[in-house]
Amino acid sequence: MKAKFLATAGIVAATAVALTGCSGGNGSGGGGGAEAASCTNTIVNEEAPQVTVWAWYPAFNEVVDQFNNANDDVQICWTNAGQGNDEYTKFSTSIESGSGAPDVIQLESEVLSSFTIRDALVDLTEYGANDVKDQYAEGAWEDASSGDAVYAIPVDGGPMGMLYRQDLFDAAGIQVPTTWEEFEAAAKKLKESGDGAVIADFPTNGRAFNQALFAQAGSVPFEYDSANPQEIGIKVNDQGAKDVLEYWDGLVKQGLVATDDAFTADYNTKLVDGSYAVYLAAAWGPGYLQGLSDADPTAVWRAAPLPQWDPANPVQVNWGGSTFAVTEQAKDKELSAKVAMEIFGNEERMNIGVDKGALFPSYAPVLESEAFANKEYEFFDGQQIQKDVFLDAAAGYEGATFSPFQNYAYDQLTVQIYAMVQGEKDAGKALDDLQASLEQYATEQGFTLK
Amino acid sequence: MATTTAPSSAHRAEAPASAKHRPDKNYRRKQRWGWLFVAPFALVFATFLILPLVFAFRMSLFTSTLATGNKFVGAENYVKAFTDPIFLQGLGTVAKFALIMIPAQMVVALVAALVLDNLATWASKFSRLMIFIPYAVPVVIGALMWGFLYSPRFGPASSIFGLFGAAAPDFLAQDSIFGSLVNIVTWQWAGYYMIIIYAALRGIDPGIYEAAVLDGATDRQIALRIKVPMISSSLVMVVIFALIGTLQFFTEPQVLRAVAQGAIPTSYTPNMYAFSLAFSYSQFNYASAISFALGIVVFVFSFFFLFLTRKQSGLK
Repeated sequence: MKAKFLATAGIVAATAVALTGCSGGNGSGGGGGAEAASCTNTIVNEEAPQVTVWAWYPAFNEVVDQFNNANDDVQICWTNAGQGNDEYTKFSTSIESGSGAPDVIQLESEVLSSFTIRDALVDLTEYGANDVKDQYAEGAWEDASSGDAVYAIPVDGGPMGMLYRQDLFDAAGIQVPTTWEEFEAAAKKLKESGDGAVIADFPTNGRAFNQALFAQAGSVPFEYDSANPQEIGIKVNDQGAKDVLEYWDGLVKQGLVATDDAFTADYNTKLVDGSYAVYLAAAWGPGYLQGLSDADPTAVWRAAPLPQWDPANPVQVNWGGSTFAVTEQAKDKELSAKVAMEIFGNEERMNIGVDKGALFPSYAPVLESEAFANKEYEFFDGQQIQKDVFLDAAAGYEGATFSPFQNYAYDQLTVQIYAMVQGEKDAGKALDDLQASLEQYATEQGFTLK
Repeated sequence: MATTTAPSSAHRAEAPASAKHRPDKNYRRKQRWGWLFVAPFALVFATFLILPLVFAFRMSLFTSTLATGNKFVGAENYVKAFTDPIFLQGLGTVAKFALIMIPAQMVVALVAALVLDNLATWASKFSRLMIFIPYAVPVVIGALMWGFLYSPRFGPASSIFGLFGAAAPDFLAQDSIFGSLVNIVTWQWAGYYMIIIYAALRGIDPGIYEAAVLDGATDRQIALRIKVPMISSSLVMVVIFALIGTLQFFTEPQVLRAVAQGAIPTSYTPNMYAFSLAFSYSQFNYASAISFALGIVVFVFSFFFLFLTRKQSGLK
């Protein structure tokens, strides 16, 4: 989904660096790029001050139009600067060059501290963020804040559940697994039934997905507070992470799961053509599935809670989820903060996001509404998946802490899991090596290890 | 080599040595006009190449880590680069590519050019175009295309191997990705090198072949003993192009990484390493140092190669 045109974006970014580099070098300084940027949307009220926004939400154009029609005193000038890493690359480049960043930017909560450490984001508590705190799901708010500071306003979350193919389960005589033990048994049964499907994919480039699975067994990889930015605690090889990775290594070795890279064209097809019987997904997963082509027309999809390690003490985890942050380059920070809080802090606009963009809202008035809980999904033949699965998962999620070099940490995680899947090392060794490489990196970057 | 006298001095520029001694007024005025003509190019060249280079070099002398600020460190980043196991490993990878990929491209290009040079039918023109066409495909598009061709799901390999009842190999696995990349680059660049070599072959006086035939030379002997030595300067140029391109290997592995993130790590080649350092991990200073370090390596390799082949290339 994200990485597809990374290379193209890279070339654009490289050119951008060359350009900004030269304007810095000869001292003339172009500047004013942000104002001159043309908006994707039309500005309704030309007189009003404009706030530039970068975002990649589906159906966001309708949200922006609604906002601009409803507000006389401020207008959103929206640009889609790419999804995930593509956008972050551009943002990162404009932080380095000191100009070109938007006023308000969509960021996944896992990258927030990577930008706060570069002093790129505004602490929104100064602009009244705490006043709206109780309008948001607790875990999501926790993810967007660090210590006492609030660096972003949550928009959507990714509580995890299990989407499965009822038809494949029925054909192999499998009950829906509620624990990981049952999941393994189901995987064996499915393999024995011999129609070629495996129960699921365990992508070595799962990044946040892998980390979320570890967190379910109590892994807390990082300790970090942006009030004290030079200090970080790293424990990516704790027992929880090791237990989970060993479990998956076992499934891989027995050939019970696939190890295809996620978010490639192959993976997208296999998700919907019956190659995998289960899609361990976040709440945005159903929307993602529906957007894929070449789906098996006879597929019967259902949603169920994520399997648990200890059914007596279920642990809910989150994969993805994004926020709106205000950048330090924003011209009018107060106005920008207002926009960040109000874009999706509004029932009408959040509902557009929910209905047309398949977002799982962090905004409580919509999240806790009857209409959302009772929403029936055609893709699941009318199953109320929010009530059945994701609302509980979201309610149980307590938030997580990410490192200020999360991208590096994920890349290294991919390297280690790939080596494990290739049979070069076992799960424990992979995570120990990951720990060592991250500790070394953090030290090199001038952090003190807690 | 010894049997021919390459017309190597022909393209050596005549130095205006005599003019330099007596710089009369007229000449100086002409010189001024010359600068004016050069100005548009010089301006663009300075703005888009020299200045960014200076800026990047300056950046490479500083360090700015995530947790601490910006400070001047002189050559420290370079010392770090040349002792960085990741960078050195990347250099090792591109060196391996150079050893396999350059000969592969050269052989394909040279054989195609020699064959086409001997044919004079419409088929030769058509084949020339066909061999050249991959070069006209933008590199990113070419790599994306091959990404799909290699895909176990969408690629033709599984149906082709299926005909013989065999399972298709996984082109994107750890031990096959090297060959897959060599294949993409050879496919893309052999045609371009073929055109250069072919043009050089066309420049040879056909009278030489007639003389050789009278002396009883076979076609093969003409090709290997006359044509190849006579175009050696072009061959050297082609190898230099290929060498520089290979040491800076970036686009193809970067694009294929989208479908093979495990087999192609972010630091697969030095250029990819510099890219991810700068744009994924925000280490712009160290990334600049890595880029310059790579530049030094490219310069040293090219220099040595030119030195070793100074006879063939006509530099001496």
